[in-house]
Amino acid sequence: MSDPVNDGLSVKSLSVLLGGNDILRKVSFDLKPGEVVGLIGPNGAGKSTALKAILDIVQANQGIISIDGNNIKGLGPKERAKRLAYVPQGAPVHWPLTVERIVGLGRTPHLNPWQELGDADQQIIQDVMQVTDCWSMRDRIVTTLSGGERSRVLLARAMAVGAPYLLADEPTASLDPLHQLQVMEIMRKVAAAGVGVLIVMHDLSFALRYCDRLVLLTGGAVLASGTPDEVLTDANLEAAFEVKVSRWDEDGEQFLAPHRVKALS
Amino acid sequence: MMTGFYKHPWALNVGLLGLILVAALLSAKFGQVDLSTAQVIDGMFGPGDTAQSIIVRELRLPRIILAIMAGASLGYTGAALQGLLRNPLADPGVIGVSATASLGAVIAIYMGLTAIAPLALPITAMLGALVATIILMVLASRDASVLTLILAGIGISSLATAAMSLVMNFTPNAITVQEMVMWMLGSLENRTFDDLMLAGPFIVLGWLLMIGVGQGLNALSLGEEAASTLGVDLKNLRWRVILGTAFSVGATVSICGAVGFVGLVVPHIVRAFVGFEPRRILLPSALCGAAVMVFADILTRLPVGHGQLRLGVVMAIIGAPVFLLIVFKTRESMR
Repeated sequence: MSDPVNDGLSVKSLSVLLGGNDILRKVSFDLKPGEVVGLIGPNGAGKSTALKAILDIVQANQGIISIDGNNIKGLGPKERAKRLAYVPQGAPVHWPLTVERIVGLGRTPHLNPWQELGDADQQIIQDVMQVTDCWSMRDRIVTTLSGGERSRVLLARAMAVGAPYLLADEPTASLDPLHQLQVMEIMRKVAAAGVGVLIVMHDLSFALRYCDRLVLLTGGAVLASGTPDEVLTDANLEAAFEVKVSRWDEDGEQFLAPHRVKALS
Repeated sequence: MMTGFYKHPWALNVGLLGLILVAALLSAKFGQVDLSTAQVIDGMFGPGDTAQSIIVRELRLPRIILAIMAGASLGYTGAALQGLLRNPLADPGVIGVSATASLGAVIAIYMGLTAIAPLALPITAMLGALVATIILMVLASRDASVLTLILAGIGISSLATAAMSLVMNFTPNAITVQEMVMWMLGSLENRTFDDLMLAGPFIVLGWLLMIGVGQGLNALSLGEEAASTLGVDLKNLRWRVILGTAFSVGATVSICGAVGFVGLVVPHIVRAFVGFEPRRILLPSALCGAAVMVFADILTRLPVGHGQLRLGVVMAIIGAPVFLLIVFKTRESMR
């Protein structure tokens, strides 16, 4: 039985100090199973740091992070790895491995140091590769792929972990429009399967269209959080990004684009 | 490049084991006195008082075992370091223990310790390796990054090399300098079970530290951040690979000199058969390193060198062209 009160990834009063600078100041938000939450904000607002602090890549100075009611500090690295999957920004691949081997690395938290991938692992690998449309290129060498193909493969790698929560740091960065849309569609599919998805993103139109909720960070603190309509107000966007936006509807969907700089001074 | 070995890596391991056995047999046969295969088997397993049993068991067997252990250490640590650093140019020498071990040996020769006791040189060399190992341990225990450890290794190497030059500089006679240079070129000549007993435990300790690092090295293919989110304890992994290398390679260099190229080239040879996955190349690299080392040691006994051909020279003369060949063949996938 799931417990609706404790279910989810919860971040409370997260503060991070790096090199004497406050990168995050008492940031709180949560992520429920099956929803897509966008973490937005200008460059340097602390979005990526928030993800890294949740993942314990960056040391938090203060705050409590819990997964389904369990404090993350009480989980060992392997247990944490089974619950939180991560798609790093511009993820590197250092060896010319096949696509299938790369995706298979996602099963690492489930294996002991000697164990080879089993049939159940293979099935999961095949499933996530089909969802991300990578299966046909499973024998290709990852270093020969295009940027769009590569980002799908690395997304599949993170999905192969089979974690209940997926954290992605700008998964659409440096992709062409088609591949950006593909990645966001995959994120929605992942959430539809019950995974809580937290995405650091810059595209406000995607934030509006693909996210269930948004957290807007500025200067290391939460400026607004809630549904896209609540967060993406003209006032919030001017305060956070110093831009004015245009809005329009098409095919029953809302769109939004930065239009001009708020004030030239 | 990839062959059936990619699906069946054990087939390569079995083949390499066979190669080591063949090399060991050849190594037992050839030397100042050439023996037939029957004489080798008889000397090995027959009564222990014949001339051939002394040649096989006391002269050639320790040399074969040392060659296997040295080659396996260099091959395995080369593969593990390349995985840890995610850099195909890494070599066990990068962490600095080879240079400090050599410095220890050069000091032993300078002070004339070799005349006092035959084991004085390897013991001093191992003390040299220990100095570098302790510096690396202190750094690793303070959560230094891999880059810091390697930069420290380069610093240690440079300092040890400079100190070696200084010692040579102050050496009054040319014969002693020649002795130093010949030692550094590497050899397994006249090594005994005493050498094996001295270095063996440290080599094995290094191996034990590095058991089971393959999974972490595989995950590191995705970078340190992704690896840590896959549950890999990076600090522990760094500690084990660096210290495992320090112990096994430090002891290896103390016994057979600074033999280059095995640690760099062997993992590349193995990749041609089993692909680039870091875990898959570890064991075959150890086996291939062992086979290559035993063969190179046989070549040092060829009459062309009048018994003066050194192990490091043979290895580099063969290793460098092989390395170039691999570089040409893998240029497509190495972008």
